[in-house]
Formats: sequence, C-alpha cells, structure tokens
Amino acid sequence: MLLALLVPLLGGAAEKPRLVPDVSQREISIAYSFTGAELLLFGAILYPDGRMPDKPADIVVVLKGPSDPLLLREKAKVLGIWVNAESARFRSVPGFYAIASSRPLKDLVDERTAAIYELGLGNLQLSPSSGALPDDQARFQAGLVDLMRRRGLFDESTGTVEITDGVLYRARLSIPARVPVGPYTAETFLIQNGRVQAVAVRDIVIDKSGFERFVANAAQRWPFSYGLVAVILSLLLGWAASAGFQRFRR
Amino acid sequence: MHIYLPIAGLSVNVLVIVGLGGVVGLLSGMFGVGGGFLTTPLLIFYGIPPTVAVASSATQITGASVSGVLAHTGRQGVDFRMGTVMVVGGVAGSFAGAGIFRLLQESGQIDTVIALVYVILLGGIGLLMAKEAAASIGALRSGRPAPASGRRHHPLIASLPMRWRFYRSGLYISPLAPLALGFLTGVLTVTLGVGGGFIMVPAMIYMLGMSTRVVVGTSLFQILFVTAVTTMVHAVTTQAVDIVLAGLLLVGSVTGAQIGARMAAKTRPEWLRLFLALIVLGVALRMALGLGWRPDEIYSVEPL
Repeated sequence: MLLALLVPLLGGAAEKPRLVPDVSQREISIAYSFTGAELLLFGAILYPDGRMPDKPADIVVVLKGPSDPLLLREKAKVLGIWVNAESARFRSVPGFYAIASSRPLKDLVDERTAAIYELGLGNLQLSPSSGALPDDQARFQAGLVDLMRRRGLFDESTGTVEITDGVLYRARLSIPARVPVGPYTAETFLIQNGRVQAVAVRDIVIDKSGFERFVANAAQRWPFSYGLVAVILSLLLGWAASAGFQRFRR
Repeated sequence: MHIYLPIAGLSVNVLVIVGLGGVVGLLSGMFGVGGGFLTTPLLIFYGIPPTVAVASSATQITGASVSGVLAHTGRQGVDFRMGTVMVVGGVAGSFAGAGIFRLLQESGQIDTVIALVYVILLGGIGLLMAKEAAASIGALRSGRPAPASGRRHHPLIASLPMRWRFYRSGLYISPLAPLALGFLTGVLTVTLGVGGGFIMVPAMIYMLGMSTRVVVGTSLFQILFVTAVTTMVHAVTTQAVDIVLAGLLLVGSVTGAQIGARMAAKTRPEWLRLFLALIVLGVALRMALGLGWRPDEIYSVEPL
C-alpha cells in the first residue's frame, strides 16, 4: 500500500512508462458478405531506462462507437398483456462498447479511477436526461446495458489481453455484424499500481462500402426514386419468374 | 452463406431468407393468399427490425402477385372496374395508414398494436374458415350438399346510395362498399405488411356477394397496386424498404408459388381450406402467447 502511494510520487513525468500502440485496421468496411470483423490492438510498453519494474504493468483496451441520444422503453404487464409503459432518455449512448483487460478490472483500478476513465460497463456515462428518481435511473441504465450486451454491442472480457515478456501486448476485439457505422475510437490504457500511466487513442472508421453503401445512401437521399426502383425490380422479378416457369412447363 | 442487408443493418443467412420466401410462396400457391401475414412475423422473429420487415414484405408481395394477376387476366378473372374502385380506396388507406403508423411509433405502442391486430384478425378469420371448411368436409362425407347461404350480399351494402353496375362481378351495388373495403386493406398493408387478401377474399364473397370466378383475380389486382404504393409510402416516410431483403424473399416465393400451385391441383379444396385455417390459427395463437408471456427482454431502444 505504501509502495503504491510512493511510486507515482517518486517517479517524475519523464519516468513514466510510455505506450507505442497500433491497430490492425484503420478502416473497417461493411460489404455484402460482412459477418463481423476482428480488430487487433497491439503495441509495445516502453519502460524508462528500458528496465522492467518488479510489478509489470497491465493493459486495458476499449473500442467505442459513435454516441447517440436514445429512448429506452420498459415493458410492463397491463391488462394481461405486455406493453411499453415507462421510458427514459439517455443523451449519449455509444452504439458499441467493448473493453478487454489483461486482469479483472476490479483488481487493476479502484472505483473512482474506473469512473473517471469510463472503464467497464458499469461506469459508462450515459447522461440520463429525465428527472427520474436515482433508483429508477439505475434500473433503466442496467436494463440498457443488459439489452446492448445481449445484442453483442456491449462487451466486457478479462484476460483476453496478452502481454509477452511484459513488453509486447496484443488484444483481439470482435465486432459483430450489426454494429452501427461511424467514427470509432480505440483507446489503450497502461495501468500500473492502480493508476492510469499512459493513454493512447487511435481513430477507426466503420462504414458501409460498395453496393451496400450505395443502397443505404440512395434510400436516404432519393427516397422516391429508391421506392420506384424497388417496385419496378419486384415487378420485373415476379414477371420474369412467371414467364420462366411457363416456358419450363411447355 | 451470409449476406449483409444494407437497410436492416445486419447480416442474414441467404438460405434462411430464400427458404422463408419459399415456404410462404408454397402456401400462397396452394391457397391463393399472399402470405404476408406469415412473412412479417417470421422476419421479426428472425431478428429483422419490425419496420423493415413490414416495409420489405409489402415490396415482396407486389412481385409475388404479378404472375397471379397475369394468369387471372388471361382467363377473364379480373373485374377491372371493381378493382380500380378498390385500388383508389387502398391508396387512400395506405396514406392514412402511414399517419397511423407514425403516431403509434411515437407513442411506442406499434409492436403491441401490430401483435394485437394480428391476433384478432387471424384468430377471427381462422375460426370462420375452420368452421366453414369443417362443415363442407362433413357435407362431403355425408353426401349431402352444404347448406347454401340465403342472401346474395349483406343488407347494409344493398342500402348504400349511388349504385354502379359491375358486369364481371355480376353486381349492381354502390361503389362505396368496395371503396371502404379497399381503404381498410390499404391501412393494413402499411401497418402490418400484409396484402390483405385473407380479409378481402372472404369479404368479397360473403359481404359483397361477388361472383367467385373474379374474386381472387380482382383481389390480386388490388393487392398489386396497393402494395406498390405502400412500398413508395414506406420508402419516403420510414425509409425502411430493404431491396436486398425483398429480392431474396421474392426469389424464394415465386419458386414456391409454382410448386404450391401444382400441389394444390392434387388436393381437395375443402382440405386445403382446413389446412390454411389451422396455419392461420397457429400464427394467431403464437402471437397471443407472445403478448401474454413475460418477454425475454423487457427493454427496447429507439433512436432520438
């Protein structure tokens, strides 16, 4: 305990270990065969004077998607059927959040530090904007995190970060097929003695590409023409099939 | 084999979607119904967002009804005058339905309402069909003809003003009745993603008293146009039409429909109707259970 307090005091700013991070992909494109992707976050930990301390540092990586405001509805039983009853608004919910660490988070940092750096699913700042009671707010927040987890959009895994010889680290984060598109950030935290010693951030873009991008854009920019094309296509397909089968019958 | 759906925003197994279209097509070929009432719930069950399922199912029905309309036109099975009146009602209904859809979406009750309406409609029609089919199978067994209905069309319809002649349907009635029927199915198409044939066909036979020779063709004619307009309405308002999803469903359903039509030719129509009634009741029961049971996930999100 004493050591934990002393080390950061003794070690000056220049004495802190540094991170040399990288990611396997800066751009992830969603094409027709996209069934998810795997992002590799890797790099090196540089200790001052090149000497490894007795207690090696730990690594936590976080991949976070674009944040959006959203409305969460909660179902309740009314007159024998389940209908949406209460709701809560959140001002900024990341569309994707995956965290991986070399050891369980609670062994690495205390609650305050975890809250400051938003480490862990329980520490996300979702900014609830309704004036609900704290109890209700906590219930809604837990419900939202659970929902996102089940959809594979929120994930927390420990022990998935490998550190080789205390110097080289690598972490794999899997990205499911239904991720939202937009700008992502990949953050790497170097944690030693319960303190965040270094943070490195890399920007990543996930976007639809090729035909998928064209279709999604067309549906938004030219909705009328898009609808017309959809109708014509389905008429043609229906007609072609019926004509084809008639020839086949003869 | 997976493929990414650009509007739904997730990747699906191609074979599952084509197979789903095939099963629905098989049913539509056998029974002459569009099958939208099966497509939409099954797509939602597979994980497609409800709005995308409803919108793309409407697009698929347009393509699936083309061959039926062509075939029925060829054998004089479409009453174009009646069909046009119903299309006009249907187009008005689909615009009204878009407004209702938006209101329900804002209040957060769209899923519940969709499920409730399905339970009531499918349950009611399934029971009626099962009763009718069982009666005619009973009559067939005992060798006596089924008791014929006494009246031609509903007395309420006969009392409506401004009568028109519909030659092919063999009717002299007010166009207001088919107009209202078209309107109702238009609302259902936009909100539920169904063609509405399962409501229209019985209503045309038992309420309007149309000649059965033109009922299916005219109903398909109306469905073709109303689902096309519905696709446009959804493309412009909800932007939820997924061309790739609709195309995959269509590939399956047009193939299934041809096979279904051949199977139907070998089976007695009374038994076909009983099977269809049981399927319809099964879907209704499944949805009713879904409403009453505690759902897996009681939370749902919606972007602001």
